[in-house]
Amino acid sequence: MITHPTTEELVESVRLWIDQIRPGLDPRNAFLARVAANALAAVGRELSEGPAAEAEAVRLMAGLLGHEGTFEALNAELCAAIRGGDMTVETAGLLPALHVMAKHQLAIDQPSYRPEGAGPRP
Amino acid sequence: MAVDVRAGLEKLAVRLGGQGAALTEAQRLSGGASMETWAFGFDGAGGPERLILRRRSVPFDPESARSVSLATEAALIRATEAHGARVPHVRHVCGEADGLGEAYVMVRVDGETLGRKITSDPRFDAVRPALARQCGEALAGIHKTPPPPGLGLKAIDGKGELDRYEEVYRATGAQRPILELAFQYLRRHTPEPVEPVLLHGDFRNGNIMFDPEAGVAAVLDWELAHIGDPAEDMGWICTNSWRFGRPDRPVGGFGDYADLLAGYAAAGGRAIDLRRVRFWQMLGSLRWGIMCLTMYLSWRDGAEKSVERPMIGRRVSETEADLVVLLEEGL
Repeated sequence: MITHPTTEELVESVRLWIDQIRPGLDPRNAFLARVAANALAAVGRELSEGPAAEAEAVRLMAGLLGHEGTFEALNAELCAAIRGGDMTVETAGLLPALHVMAKHQLAIDQPSYRPEGAGPRP
Repeated sequence: MAVDVRAGLEKLAVRLGGQGAALTEAQRLSGGASMETWAFGFDGAGGPERLILRRRSVPFDPESARSVSLATEAALIRATEAHGARVPHVRHVCGEADGLGEAYVMVRVDGETLGRKITSDPRFDAVRPALARQCGEALAGIHKTPPPPGLGLKAIDGKGELDRYEEVYRATGAQRPILELAFQYLRRHTPEPVEPVLLHGDFRNGNIMFDPEAGVAAVLDWELAHIGDPAEDMGWICTNSWRFGRPDRPVGGFGDYADLLAGYAAAGGRAIDLRRVRFWQMLGSLRWGIMCLTMYLSWRDGAEKSVERPMIGRRVSETEADLVVLLEEGL
């Protein structure tokens, strides 16, 4: 409805404020404040990257399942297909699609994490 | 009932150090929700002593707990020490008269436990190439210790572990395709059970005291000890969530599989197939993912309202990113 300030900017402003007050906190609260700032950073990334990541997940899952649907419906159907053994690591396209989805979610939740197969931090 | 730990430590100084022994220090180091660690010291009849008190601050329920009692922990540390494992020396197991509740005292071991320091701090550059082999040796010492009788240690195998964690996962209501696929794959690749041995149960970078010169100084945090497949302890230290930013070094972020297995064999451990270690490593990622989910749920259900919990819930995706690569590679 409005253009300024954006939701991202509100979240970022609170995150910056937490970072400002952190040095004055006792060790336990300083730790929790860092976690809180990280949580807001994740919210910020989800706001900016989440819609595209979800749209791609929907596209990939629809491709695997052969029909359109919402994220929730496709995700539930995919889980059921794997649980029931209809889809396995051999299923064409399954692992590549899951790999892309995992990469996008990790980029939102914890972009500094180096997953299996990655080299050392450059 | 609140326990005055400082007063308890003063009493303990006299009990262990003799009449006139006075505390020279007493400092709480860390604490989870249920466990406290205190560093303390005194000058006693036998000279100065630097010790660690480990005590449980909430009542222990052996029925529901996954962990063992502190008395059991102390008994296991003593038993493995007698078989040459590098562990802290248990100085005293607290009883009723000590007024400290469930607790024991060990001799303080100097060194570093922070995983990221071990993988990345230049202080450990020289010793780092030796650590994976030393971890193999340390595990061999633990695994060849006959479990002391009467402790009631739980026995776990691959299938039982998958059953247990799948039950927990289903109960969360979460729907995560990669976790589903990992369960399915691991069930189809569960290795045949082997003769079970005493396991540390939480053998990972972060629970080992490392000395910058000598390497492995002491294996700590024995609360998840149980009986099972020796490859379980190896797979857990190879789980990428405990490699602290160094996925290129599969053992703890500091070493290679071959060194871990060679150290284990050289110290008298039985031959273990790397595929078996990789099974437990993949199960380690899956298990950590589900533990992250349950920590988030403890927040959602109101049991624990710390901001830390839902953020740990967002760590499930790190295990998914690891699992999908492991599934691509195969065991």
